[in-house]
Amino acid sequence: MSAIEVLAPGLLTTVQDLGREGFGPMGVSPSGAADPLALRMGNRLVGNAEGAATLEMTLLGGTFLFREGGIGALTGSDFGANLDGTAVPRWASFEVKPGQTLRLGPTRSGARCYLCVQGGIAVKSFLGSASTHLLSGLGGHEGRALRKGDVLKIGDAREAKEKGTDHNASSTEGAHKSNRLRSVAAKALELLAPRKVLRVTPGPQSDWFPKAAQRIFYSSTYRVSEEANRMGLRLAGPAIREGAHGEMISEGVSLGAIQVAAGGLPILLFVEQQTTGGYAKMANVISADFSSLGQLRPRDEIRFELVNFESARKLFIEQEKLLAAKDLIV
Amino acid sequence: MPSKKSSKGPRFQPASDQSLLIYFGEKITRKANENVRRLLHLLGEDPLAGVHNLHPAYCSLLVKFDVRKWRQEALEKELRKYLARLDKVNLPAPREVEIPVCYGGEFGPDLEDVAATHGMTPERVIELHTSANYLVYFLGFTPGFAYLGELAQELVTPRLPSPRKRVPAGSVGIAGNQTGVYPFETPGGWRLLGRTPLAMFRTDREDLSLLSIGDHVRFVPISRESFAELARR
Repeated sequence: MSAIEVLAPGLLTTVQDLGREGFGPMGVSPSGAADPLALRMGNRLVGNAEGAATLEMTLLGGTFLFREGGIGALTGSDFGANLDGTAVPRWASFEVKPGQTLRLGPTRSGARCYLCVQGGIAVKSFLGSASTHLLSGLGGHEGRALRKGDVLKIGDAREAKEKGTDHNASSTEGAHKSNRLRSVAAKALELLAPRKVLRVTPGPQSDWFPKAAQRIFYSSTYRVSEEANRMGLRLAGPAIREGAHGEMISEGVSLGAIQVAAGGLPILLFVEQQTTGGYAKMANVISADFSSLGQLRPRDEIRFELVNFESARKLFIEQEKLLAAKDLIV
Repeated sequence: MPSKKSSKGPRFQPASDQSLLIYFGEKITRKANENVRRLLHLLGEDPLAGVHNLHPAYCSLLVKFDVRKWRQEALEKELRKYLARLDKVNLPAPREVEIPVCYGGEFGPDLEDVAATHGMTPERVIELHTSANYLVYFLGFTPGFAYLGELAQELVTPRLPSPRKRVPAGSVGIAGNQTGVYPFETPGGWRLLGRTPLAMFRTDREDLSLLSIGDHVRFVPISRESFAELARR
């Protein structure tokens, strides 16, 4: 079996797929890729099913030795990758020869970059997913971020093509000869580019916040603080004091919920989110913009734009159509 | 919009474009929670296509759905059919679970403050905390974190004004009229009374979580020596 050796892990590199849904009653949140669109497209570039396991890198990429070679793709943000000194384009598959080393550096754009390999990263599945849940030390490679010297097995290419999640609707590329190099259509990348103006629907307690408080939230620019990780992103900016009662009866919270704690500053709940919480939610980021959250870095400036539920639904369906399109991968 | 209906019965409230909250009451009551458990049980027995996750809580259930299959209104209509069947649901008999706790000192850094707030001795706080038989209202926040209630009225204390960035695994805390155990080292705003040596969540046993929704729990005070011994096992 083929393998990748971690020569340098980067700042925070974890094994991720599309996460594990369905374990809310145990308090287990789905986890999964912070930028699922990048993960899905990367897998398609190398001929895997969309939800195969990949490496998610954060802000600073790692260095990886491919012992037996293979087919890889880098998606998400630009981490200045090179293969034995030759620049590697993003959003395209590339061939790696046995013994070659892939080096990534600090980000030149957003927070996360994905390394997808044909066959997928082979780790023991936990509750049906390869995703690492860092907070609880579960899933992925030993439940933790990668370290120097780790060796990751690469799965069987044929299996990775079939293996699946409910997201593997389109594996049209499977019809092609599997080693043909491919890239994502430029037009699609433009349409799927990460946003800094995040679209939201009203949160379940939005009517707790008086008009003045809502005005502050929707008209202000917020800065992503240093406390931004896979659990959540704390924002800095104008405080929303009115309506932020601080405490309420804990209830289930959804991915992308924007809760306002006693201090009045919003906190965005992310992929390794708590499953329930006791703070009032002003708004919730729409499903179509989840991937944008995964590319936010500390100090990035963001704003919120209110949309209704029907628009949110349409935007998500359009995004899925775009992703399923035959000409996405060329 | 299905929100804020004045009609009787559970209240439906969209939470996001892919989730819906059902409130069985606006207060924490055992009856409301029983309804949450009944609906959770029913949706487990008779799953609804296009519903892919459920987050139970005190008196509400968050239903996560596939937006390609459901609109909020249609899902509400379908779920109301489930609600009509709740009375017929037979919930499994609750398990009785004992959790050993070493109170005070570095394990319970807020014990003295809680005692002082209520004008009682730390011993009295421990006595009150260990004398109740708690219900696991739900698991949430992190894997295996059980929300237990109700705390003795004399012990009801608000959360810390600002959460701690790190609460050690096994810490036993109180907040409002609830109590619980942190399964992992996480941030947390509950006032810490003690710590248990038991693993609340582990992957090498069939029941990953020591506690499940609907269980009954008692805390048993133990010495530092027994803590050390149990922790070694």
